Amino acid sequence: MAHAVAKPPRVTRRRTGGPARRLPYLLIAPAGLLMLGFIAYPMLSVLYYSLRNYNVTKPWRNGYAGLDNFTRILTDDPQFWDTLVFSGKWVVTEVLLQLLLGLALALLVNQTFLGRGLARALVFSPWAVSGVLTTTIWMLLYNPSTGISRYLADAGIGTYGTSVLSDTGTVFWAAVVAELWRGVPFFAILLLADLQSIPRDLYEAASVDGAGRTRRFLHITLPHLKDAIVLSTLLRGVWEFNNVDLLYTLTGGGPAGQTTTLPLYVANTGINGHDFGYASALTTVAFVILLFCSILYLRLSKFGGETK
Amino acid sequence: MTAALAEQGTLPAAAATPPPTARGRRRRGSDQGVPRWQIYLPLGLYLLFTLVPFYWMLLFALRPAGSNALVPWPITGEHFQKVWNERSFGIFFQNSMIVGVASLVMTTAVALAGGYALARFDFRIKKGFMLALLASQFIPGALMLVPLFEIFKNLQMINSLGSVVIAETVFQLPLSIILISGFIKNVPVSLEEQAWVDGCGRFRAFCAVVLPLLRPGLIAVGSFAFVHSWNHFLFALMFLSSQDKQTIPVGLNTLIGADSVDLGALAAGGVIAAVPVVIVFAFIQKWLITGFSAGAVKG
Repeated sequence: MAHAVAKPPRVTRRRTGGPARRLPYLLIAPAGLLMLGFIAYPMLSVLYYSLRNYNVTKPWRNGYAGLDNFTRILTDDPQFWDTLVFSGKWVVTEVLLQLLLGLALALLVNQTFLGRGLARALVFSPWAVSGVLTTTIWMLLYNPSTGISRYLADAGIGTYGTSVLSDTGTVFWAAVVAELWRGVPFFAILLLADLQSIPRDLYEAASVDGAGRTRRFLHITLPHLKDAIVLSTLLRGVWEFNNVDLLYTLTGGGPAGQTTTLPLYVANTGINGHDFGYASALTTVAFVILLFCSILYLRLSKFGGETK
Repeated sequence: MTAALAEQGTLPAAAATPPPTARGRRRRGSDQGVPRWQIYLPLGLYLLFTLVPFYWMLLFALRPAGSNALVPWPITGEHFQKVWNERSFGIFFQNSMIVGVASLVMTTAVALAGGYALARFDFRIKKGFMLALLASQFIPGALMLVPLFEIFKNLQMINSLGSVVIAETVFQLPLSIILISGFIKNVPVSLEEQAWVDGCGRFRAFCAVVLPLLRPGLIAVGSFAFVHSWNHFLFALMFLSSQDKQTIPVGLNTLIGADSVDLGALAAGGVIAAVPVVIVFAFIQKWLITGFSAGAVKG
């Protein structure tokens, strides 16, 4: 790292007046201040609110609450456990399927073939699409009277029916497919970036030694991708947990609370229910769970353990 | 992911994209002996999964109301006219543009300064700053809604686009700084030192030597920032209360939540929401993959 440290310029026109030692601090000041004000400070106020009764609609009850909010979450709030279980199910399903499909897709478009540039552009395009736009598109597809199921039924496949989004048996998978549609390209892009950094002579050497495609994949590709896989699944897991755009607009957490994740529950409690104290306690619990799972995951996967 | 990429250490400009002209000749080691159908068949299936939804949106947006045809013919502009004028998508579009461009400019400028500090200096709180950047990736924007709402209320910025711009910028920053410092590290320090010897100050040397080489990386980071704020929904939904301040995703959500959903209008709104990001995507597509790999260089 030392070689990257630049010496101060010989001919300096110091507009800042201070010694060059201050320059790095000046440079990170805008970012640092923004993050202090709008990430660190809100974090602390979440902790502070979580110890209080703070409900805009019931100001007479407001005040110090001790650990009451947390006791209520852990012992007296079945909805918390329901949303936690759903969050877990949602994150694991999404990340696992996105990883498998994304890896397959990355391997595919890493091959050399005619039209590869166009194919890449097309399969990656949903990456740029938002949660609400994804919802819009899949609402149109899932619509029972004009969506795809109706045309399939016209052709004799399946039946005319109700919306998959209002049926408790299908809503989960309907949401999963919509989220996969835009989530897989993200994985594929990250993994493709890493695939391209594998030195080609490794494969050539392995071929000479008589390793087939499967063995080359298992012994060269996978180990090389391991850190990228761990990192991208972790980031994606956190993201799938936190992100509420799609579920908020596609199902609204319904039917009957079937698709309410923990963050969605927090947003409902805080912004719509005005119970800031309880929402903050929920946030704190969610954050602790997230942190715990992330550390556990990094430990179990021995991230960065053996260097290549 | 880390070590190998650091070794690779190519300039972003040089590594922009593997030349498409190499088709067929420069085979990657891993694809020797893969039959063509094993590529085209799964790829075709996946393309179907990717493109049918887009087609469906275009279909609904372009065909007349009440039509069930699978080909949008005759094409009609009625849905677009309706959402643009009656559903105020014209105003939403303008607001989204302001939010998108403002957070693009802010994110890129602030991240450029921070990224340069990380790439070129050793300073006492460097480790702590890096750690804060990484840790902030785990802090959920959705869970911060309540305190952020309070803060913007105290700053009297509720119902102003500024609140959304700040929130979007702040949550874009950590990743952007990490990406940009990765790009800057790929530019050899010796190039800068050369300029100092020639009599440039640090700032002029940076502008003359580093900045041009950073262009692909900056375009990638700026585009991420734009696309993200263009698409993001929650901050706008929560911080903006009046109709004339809303952004496109919130407008779309209003259409989705309407009692009787006007599918044609919804689809047309979706197309309007998609057009800018599709343009940006087409523009940055070739830098996308290098952008990610360069940003993954260890800190």
